[in-house]
Amino acid sequence: MKYVDEYRDGKLAGQFADAIKRTVTKPWTVMEVCGGQTHAIVRFGLDELLPSSLNLIHGPGCPVCVTPLELIDQAVEIASLENVIFCSFGDMLRVPGSRRDLFSVKASGGDVRILYSPLDALAIASENPRKEVVFFAVGFETTAPAHAMAVKQAWERGIRNFSILVSHVLVPPAMEAILASPHNRVQGFLAAGHVCTVMGYTEYEPLARKYKVPIVVTGFEPSDILQGLFMCVKQLEEGRTEVENQYARSVKREGNRKARETVREVFQVIPRKWRGIGEIPKSGLGLREKYAVMDAAKRFNLTSYEAEESPDCISGLILQGLKKPDECPAFGKKCTPEHPLGATMVSSEGACAAYYRYRGSR
Amino acid sequence: MTKKEFSMQCPLPVRDYPRVLLAHGGGGKLMHQMIEKIFASSFQNEILKKRHDSAILSLPSSKIAMTTDSYVVRPLFFPGGDIGSMSVYGTVNDLAMAGARPKYLSAGFILEEGLEMETLWKVVQSMADAAKECGIELVTGDTKVVDKGKGDGIFINTTGIGVFEHSQAIEPQSIRTGDKIILNGDLGRHGIAVMIAREGLSLESQIESDSASLADLVMKLLDLKVEIHCLRDLTRGGLSSALNELAETRGVQIRVEEKSIPVREDVHGACEILGLDPLYVANEGRFLVFVKAGDADKVLKVIKSHPLGEAASVIGEVTKEKDPRVTLVNQVGTSRILDMLSGEQLPRIC
Repeated sequence: MKYVDEYRDGKLAGQFADAIKRTVTKPWTVMEVCGGQTHAIVRFGLDELLPSSLNLIHGPGCPVCVTPLELIDQAVEIASLENVIFCSFGDMLRVPGSRRDLFSVKASGGDVRILYSPLDALAIASENPRKEVVFFAVGFETTAPAHAMAVKQAWERGIRNFSILVSHVLVPPAMEAILASPHNRVQGFLAAGHVCTVMGYTEYEPLARKYKVPIVVTGFEPSDILQGLFMCVKQLEEGRTEVENQYARSVKREGNRKARETVREVFQVIPRKWRGIGEIPKSGLGLREKYAVMDAAKRFNLTSYEAEESPDCISGLILQGLKKPDECPAFGKKCTPEHPLGATMVSSEGACAAYYRYRGSR
Repeated sequence: MTKKEFSMQCPLPVRDYPRVLLAHGGGGKLMHQMIEKIFASSFQNEILKKRHDSAILSLPSSKIAMTTDSYVVRPLFFPGGDIGSMSVYGTVNDLAMAGARPKYLSAGFILEEGLEMETLWKVVQSMADAAKECGIELVTGDTKVVDKGKGDGIFINTTGIGVFEHSQAIEPQSIRTGDKIILNGDLGRHGIAVMIAREGLSLESQIESDSASLADLVMKLLDLKVEIHCLRDLTRGGLSSALNELAETRGVQIRVEEKSIPVREDVHGACEILGLDPLYVANEGRFLVFVKAGDADKVLKVIKSHPLGEAASVIGEVTKEKDPRVTLVNQVGTSRILDMLSGEQLPRIC
């Protein structure tokens, strides 16, 4: 398939892998930020092509994984209500809250629907004026423009039975939290290409300067990732700490101006709790005052949950890049995709799920 | 599809009963009328004509194959097929996978009150056409009507009986180390076609289900009289589930090459957009042949000369007899485990 196969070409991948081997003279630790990149690395076995002195660790860029347990509990509470049509992207349905997941709400009669776009939820709201239609607005900067657009259109068209349960997080503050941690091991980043397609990469420039790390905006196909890694280790070897753009076929320095404006109009930056990591200041998005009536958490007057994670789950350490999935004693034993202890095993983009699916528990 | 654009109208007087009523399952005159005019008139044969409680069958061999499957699909009509033809092909294919020639079929219908009679008629006509094409006779059946809201239009269960005309044991236990694995065509069309129709996704290209009877092709392969060890059709769970089931059942390792697995460009594109892996998507007209390495070329040649096998290829082989697993060598040249999915594939956030 055009625009895909050429980036999965074995010969090209081999050339980048060789270039990395020729460049690396000492051990380096690089984090790929996005869960989509983690999946590509494990799915295509890209780490097998790298020198053993180059250590890849998997970052917090899986929106499903970092959504706090409390929010899943809130989603479950809303979805269980009689008069509600609860809409969500597919992979949120299987994530266990502290007691149940959205699939089990659906099984016990709740109207829970899998959608591809929040604008479809808006259409459902206008067709069902007597129902409350709620969209579970999860994601990074990538999904924020579509959520903002749905809210804006609902407002303009006077669709009052539509609201969103917001759990939006932002990538640069999470990267800064990792860099500022005394346990940090990350020496270079592959930044998430899709996030930068929307937001551009000017936000990463002060991070690269302040923490003296190279950051390479990188795509998701095998040769993208290997080229991004090559650019990153080249900077490390040469002592440079710049922001470079490997994913130029999609990313511009200023991002997508129109999308950014829509996001800014509807959302404001707020502190957010990250599952497994804790609260990070200025790391999320919440609805602006003008649109606050469309905030499902307020509309349904939700209880604030205090949920406890399984003590056996180390997903927090995995999301911060301090541990790898196969270093967890529960991995593949107590914790499997059928019985996940934490979100990194549930989500298709979670690092634990990727290890389990492509490498097995053997 | 033009042959299935029905010019014939439903023979029940539509002005009287344009929709299925609970009474159509009540055992009285209405039910009798529906059975006679819709079902019996469509599936005419000597056995059915006797109107007995059971179909009485004379079979040429004492060893027979029997299989059953239930069909629930929404929407009932999708590009490339419908629930009617699927309920025949699916069961016929399961018989063919055992190396049996499909002979007889039963059908149980669960109809939802309010179903349009015209829709039922179209489904039944499609079943009758499919049965005729496969050379299988529908010899017994049943109809029930459930309250509105308790069904999804039509559910169909079919059970099939097939007979053996050879003495080969075509089953997972016959798989041997060194066997070549042949796939008869591109993957993922049925699952994606149904998903697009169900979700109302607007993609530019028209993807049609691959729903088809594999019986004719399988019978041609059996005529070759070569060492075919196992056949398996790829339905729910796709290629990946089928390979894993067989590796597990027979206790062998299987290696397949991703670049030799055909996936049509539009299906690949839809999968990339929806975040699905075509190796896990359902098919209704695809199957695997496990064949002794020396016979693989002959088998491949016959499959490729059949309309249902033009894109066939050897996708891998059975490598070892222990630690059952399926390994996929991907385009980059590295390999990974091809696992069975734990549940359904879920569309991803981003």
